[in-house]
Amino acid sequence: MNNKISRITKRYSEDPARLLDVLHDIHSLKGYVDDDDVEQLAIELVLSEATINEVISFYHFFSKTPVGKFSIYLNNSITACFRGREAVKRALEESCGTTFGSVSEDGLFGLFDTSCIGMNDQEPAAIINGLVFTKLTAFRVKELVKGLKEGKPVSELIYEGTGGGNNADKDIQSMVQNNIRKGMLLLNRDYHKFEVLRKELKQHSPLEVIQIVEDSNLRGRGGAGFPTGIKWRFGRRVDGKHRVIICNADEGEPGTFKDRVMLTEFPELVFEGMVIAAYATAADIGLLYLRYEYKYLLRFLNRILGEMRTEGLLGKNAAGIKDFNFDIRIQLGAGAYICGEESALIESLEGKRGEPRDKPPFPVEKGYLNYPTIVNNVETLASAVKIIKHGAAWYKGFGVKDSLGTKLLSVSGDCRFPGIYEVEWGTSIREVIEMCGAEDVQAIQVGGPSGVLIGLKDIDNLGASNLMKWYKPSGMMVAQKFYDRKLSYSDLPTGGSIIIFDKRRDLLQDVVMNFMDFFIEESCGSCSTCRNLPSVMKQKLQKIIGGHGVRQDIDDLLSWGKMIKVSRCGLGQTAANPIVSSILNFRDLYEGHVQAMTDFDNEFDLEKSVQAANNFVGRKSVFHQN
Amino acid sequence: MSETIEFKIDGRKIVAEEGKTIVEAAKINGVYIPTLCNFEGAKPKGCCRMCTIKVNNRFMTACTIPGAAGMEVESNSEELNDIRKGIVELLFVTGNHFCPSCEKSGNCELQALAYRYQMMVPRFPYVFPQKGIDASSPKIIKDQNRCILCQRCMKTIKDEKGRNYFAYQNRGSKLAVVLDEKMGKEMSDELAALAMENCPVGSIIYKENGFKKPIGKRKYDKRPIGNEIEA
Repeated sequence: MNNKISRITKRYSEDPARLLDVLHDIHSLKGYVDDDDVEQLAIELVLSEATINEVISFYHFFSKTPVGKFSIYLNNSITACFRGREAVKRALEESCGTTFGSVSEDGLFGLFDTSCIGMNDQEPAAIINGLVFTKLTAFRVKELVKGLKEGKPVSELIYEGTGGGNNADKDIQSMVQNNIRKGMLLLNRDYHKFEVLRKELKQHSPLEVIQIVEDSNLRGRGGAGFPTGIKWRFGRRVDGKHRVIICNADEGEPGTFKDRVMLTEFPELVFEGMVIAAYATAADIGLLYLRYEYKYLLRFLNRILGEMRTEGLLGKNAAGIKDFNFDIRIQLGAGAYICGEESALIESLEGKRGEPRDKPPFPVEKGYLNYPTIVNNVETLASAVKIIKHGAAWYKGFGVKDSLGTKLLSVSGDCRFPGIYEVEWGTSIREVIEMCGAEDVQAIQVGGPSGVLIGLKDIDNLGASNLMKWYKPSGMMVAQKFYDRKLSYSDLPTGGSIIIFDKRRDLLQDVVMNFMDFFIEESCGSCSTCRNLPSVMKQKLQKIIGGHGVRQDIDDLLSWGKMIKVSRCGLGQTAANPIVSSILNFRDLYEGHVQAMTDFDNEFDLEKSVQAANNFVGRKSVFHQN
Repeated sequence: MSETIEFKIDGRKIVAEEGKTIVEAAKINGVYIPTLCNFEGAKPKGCCRMCTIKVNNRFMTACTIPGAAGMEVESNSEELNDIRKGIVELLFVTGNHFCPSCEKSGNCELQALAYRYQMMVPRFPYVFPQKGIDASSPKIIKDQNRCILCQRCMKTIKDEKGRNYFAYQNRGSKLAVVLDEKMGKEMSDELAALAMENCPVGSIIYKENGFKKPIGKRKYDKRPIGNEIEA
């Protein structure tokens, strides 16, 4: 028995629901979890070893083998690729003396790929021992590795000094930059910390709070857009020994980083929103699920929670309201996009693999540990504070009819001013392009890979095949031209990720392929459809790009993309979107690759097939064409 | 005694106890909805998506949703049957299923569903993935080539402390169902037989017992799957 491991499991009362924390602590202790640790955990937590291994192998940042004294996780989002990731990768491999996916012989460096880490406005970026390094270049990488070899602490190697705002706080000390380009209601310095908790909240009964949020028509800002007030009302109505408020800060959609900026600059606003939600719904347990990639904010955020407790805003009789007991704990994720889905997030909070649950029952009925649970996005909770402060009528003065208020956009890609823009709902694509200084725009990915790829050739120019009609949602996107399309729940709904591609970019080979790889990597694998279809479809796309496709292949892709809609969760249902939406909006790119004059499917590539043999005997084939 | 409710599947009247899932309710009323991962007595998870139905024009899984009074379920439609056939094909091409050499042939639900949906040449190209076989347990063979990751063994094969013999490993396209190495070594004959029985395909084979029942006398040799439910 290893006493250090026992101390860790005791720290969490040997509760299997805290397995993630236990594993995190073992990682901080020794960098990875070995078979002996698993054996001991299995005994102390009363689980089978296979069950513990199933959790470890699910999360990207847990490992059964050493990951190096310095583990370097290099982001592989499409923006990183377009900003020189390849050169950075090569420089890392050269200077560390190992290849990606492995650890150097001296055990010093481990190099790994990782999905978008929420730094799309300052790529290429990497996480080194939990700290974020942005705007990497081959030169900077070499300097970095040199410093590490000389034994300098990782924290001393940030090359441009700390980023602005709270990034320079003593508990953050990060080189990450906020890049706030435009603020309105949320990103507004005219915010007095916890003022609503101290004043306005007490003037309203919990039901009045719900009514105000309902009247404001606030909808979930994570992307799905469920009305927040209704969610709170449902949650309040369900009986339970406890009731839970969860703040979802697991923004994993490639290209989004708004929650990172909110939590860096306005964490008080977010926590204040959680307390308001708890007051309205009579919740007593508060959890903030922070993605692992933002671990560098953890100490800072915990400090603020500590201050709130000291000031009586959390804990017993929170915010000075009698019998309102509410506290907040931060749960650190461990690298899984799917955990941004609310029921997967709850599974993860319970120390399990982040696999989405079947609905119904919805989390408001049976959520965390089967208690009624309300899961809200960071931005939603922050908006609720402003609504209680200024009233529903005020809030309704912003935005458009079906989409009220403002939205934080995370803009990145080919533009002069990537960063965070707070805009009113109803902002058009034209305005977005002008705002961020983008030129020669070819396409825009709205809502990340699970969203849509739109471009000048918009949906109305498409053929009238039955398949195309199936995809064309009724009443939506009617003959609107690209530039005039509006960010709103009825036209272009979005969690806020906006990635811009100019005319230099190869949309199919680079963009769509990158997005498909993302879904293949991040699927939990539970549904037969989402586990298998993305890779099968990617294969077909490769066939088309390679010049071996026929027209039928394009329709096959549309038809298979339809099949994936039977998957359990939003990730699965949208995992074919990169291919489907690029066919819908850029069909000409596909048509340009396929052999349009023939229906004959010559998938078999004779030249490629005999190449190995040719190389071996040193001969060259001659192909006769009729 | 819970209350009896009425709803409709493809226009046909279904009467069942409240709380029964649509799959169960359909079964009692002689309507077959195909399933693979669903297993009587185990908590449904809806991971094979075979039982996909439509309610109010939305896809749902019939094994996880309880029937509700007045519900109108669409099940036996061209669209849904094509999706189901597609799923069977998908499972065939993404594994390595060679029925003639498989111990489970004739007792295999995947094979039986392929017959039922008249699968000929799958619409998807074969993947021929490289997968391993774990024969470390003295009692069973876990053949990953045939595993369809339905979780049935994970949900039903447990020891007296409630610990699972089988668990997932990795995620996404690398997902696998693996046997706990230590527990697999101490597996009883009863559990090994049960594991093979509960596996819908030939991924779990009880050693030296694979052909106990001869081919020709197996479950689906004479009649198609679902036939036992349909009147």
